[in-house]
Amino acid sequence: MKFELPLGDLVEAAVEFLMRHAQWLFDAIEIVVGGVADGIGAALGFPPGVVLAGLIVGLAFYRVGWKFAVFAAAALAVIFALGLWRHTVDTLTLVLTATVIALILGVPLGVAAGRSDRIESALRPMLDLMQTMPAFVYLIPAAMFFGLGKVPGVIATIVFALPPVVRLTSLGIRQVPDELVEAGLAFGCTSRQLLFKVQIPTALPSIMAGVNQTIMLALSMVVIASMIGAGGLGNQVLRGIQRLDIGLGFESGLAVVLVAILLDRITQSFGKPRTRSARATARSSAVPGKEKESADRRAVMQPAEPGA
Amino acid sequence: MTTKIAVRGLCKVFGTAPAKALEMLRRGLSKEEIFARTGQTIGVHDANFEIEAGEIFVVMGLSGSGKSTLVRMLNRLIEPTAGEIVVDGRDIMRMSRRELIELRRRDMSMVFQSFALMPHLRVWENAAFGLEVAGFDAATRRERAMNALEAVGLKPYAESWPSELSGGMQQRVGLARALANEPSILLMDEAFSALDPLTRSEMQDELLRLQAEHQRTIVFISHDLDEAIRIGDRLAIMEGGRIVQIGRPDEILKAPANDYVRSFFRNVDLTRVLTAGDIARRDQITLVRHPGEGIRAALRQLRERDREFGYVQDARRRFHGIVSVESLIGALERSNGNASLADAFLPDVAPVASDVSMSEVLPLVARSPYPLPVVDGNGTYVGAISKTAYLEALGRSR
Repeated sequence: MKFELPLGDLVEAAVEFLMRHAQWLFDAIEIVVGGVADGIGAALGFPPGVVLAGLIVGLAFYRVGWKFAVFAAAALAVIFALGLWRHTVDTLTLVLTATVIALILGVPLGVAAGRSDRIESALRPMLDLMQTMPAFVYLIPAAMFFGLGKVPGVIATIVFALPPVVRLTSLGIRQVPDELVEAGLAFGCTSRQLLFKVQIPTALPSIMAGVNQTIMLALSMVVIASMIGAGGLGNQVLRGIQRLDIGLGFESGLAVVLVAILLDRITQSFGKPRTRSARATARSSAVPGKEKESADRRAVMQPAEPGA
Repeated sequence: MTTKIAVRGLCKVFGTAPAKALEMLRRGLSKEEIFARTGQTIGVHDANFEIEAGEIFVVMGLSGSGKSTLVRMLNRLIEPTAGEIVVDGRDIMRMSRRELIELRRRDMSMVFQSFALMPHLRVWENAAFGLEVAGFDAATRRERAMNALEAVGLKPYAESWPSELSGGMQQRVGLARALANEPSILLMDEAFSALDPLTRSEMQDELLRLQAEHQRTIVFISHDLDEAIRIGDRLAIMEGGRIVQIGRPDEILKAPANDYVRSFFRNVDLTRVLTAGDIARRDQITLVRHPGEGIRAALRQLRERDREFGYVQDARRRFHGIVSVESLIGALERSNGNASLADAFLPDVAPVASDVSMSEVLPLVARSPYPLPVVDGNGTYVGAISKTAYLEALGRSR
């Protein structure tokens, strides 16, 4: 006799149930996500390629430095020369759409998790699941609910790319030194002011690290999402695989790498503190006090030996 | 004198069943017994005191004695378990959230041991933090923050980041932030403990100067006796969550309530162990005697650093004598400006050898109008012992 846990059947039944009874919800999601994607796509596609490339190089110069700007110009030139510009813009559209939506969902979730242990412990297993489930698995329900194309691709990408920004936002909020929170309260912050004037600004480097991670995960997922017709550079990679065309595969793979480097450096630059030493102080101003403070607290928590 | 803050029966129990622990406290059980039986920790037990307007009230105690908890209950950063705190006639325990926030914005500011400056704000923005939270417009914020920075001598650094300042300067910003709201009460939690000794005494002077200009009610938490005696009008000494004695420093010194209090002030054995060299500090101004070293230069140096005495040594650091502002001026007047430092030496200066024990030094320090100079076997200047330095050494040698 053989017994198998019918988990797969259950999931299938659930998906079918949802498809039958919650189609309106998926339609609504499709309209929103599709709208955002079309908007971003139109914005990126509207200026001539050279202008968009120029803007990217300019951003690289402004945020990172002239050396990186030179690299960016060279990278974009290579992409043009390979004839992959249109696909690259498609990929950027997918990545930005998924990232924007992931941040709109993820930052508030992370803030909530950072401020409440209960929310944190409720979210954690879900985030673990989202992050460790093989990325391909998301493609199946996404395609079932939303058909083929951009929207299911973006949605699978959001699911895959959401966890880091939630986690790092929560971590950032939790790592705000106690005494800064105390100082905020002591000067009369309301709960809202504490969040916007103390916790989020102090957590910003961590939050930006999360944003960066989310963008990088989104990029890697967008390539996979081409399997359900999301389009872009992933499509070219996929075509390379299907035809065993190593040249095409390599060219489009290289383009993905170049886009990744550009996105990574530029978004990382936003996570840097405003002065070179600002992060160092956040640490140094926190540490001596914190040590003492927590030592004091600990001592309060335990009976002190009298008349030491 | 009017009472600014009155605290009655203030208790804090950390734990899940404070009522039970309070009941046991009322029955007279000790902190340790209650912890053993219920797992509840007594932070502060039955604190009663009144603070006059314009007074500097120092709360002293070892780590874990509950002093940090006590000060945090005054603005309800830590919610008291029982008791009342009356500020200007209003019981803040009965205040709503809104009223409490108003109180924190207008009447009470806090200075933290770790400075707790916002790393993402410039120095002046940090000083303006309380004003911003309270909703003042940008121009007022800027103006009042700049005034507060000027009061602590940091106006030129207004556009710097906190990370670019030294510890002492950062705490000045912390002080400016607290002053910018023009509060009537300052809560200072070990405000100078993270600073090195020299900066610490500088900041103490700064606080006393600010207090002389504008009287505020200051609750100052410290574990440093020297500091407590130097700045405190009255001290409250805490042990294991209870206030064991309240009084003026000299009152407590003369009549300590128990051994714990006594141990803060005196330890006979160690005064026989420690020597003058051990407790001498090099924080006096030293003037190097060489040809051409003028009296005017010496005078300027003393005045610039706001000190009364200067310790004269030669290029090989051998001790020669002590000059005072007064003696320098005297010598200057007598000699029409040609005098050397030696003409201004105070009479009968007898440096003490660095290996003399602390207990033997005591009468000398007590009698000496200036910090007592200490020299080693070769006559090299080691440092000087002021009365406060001596007392602090006593306090440390508990």
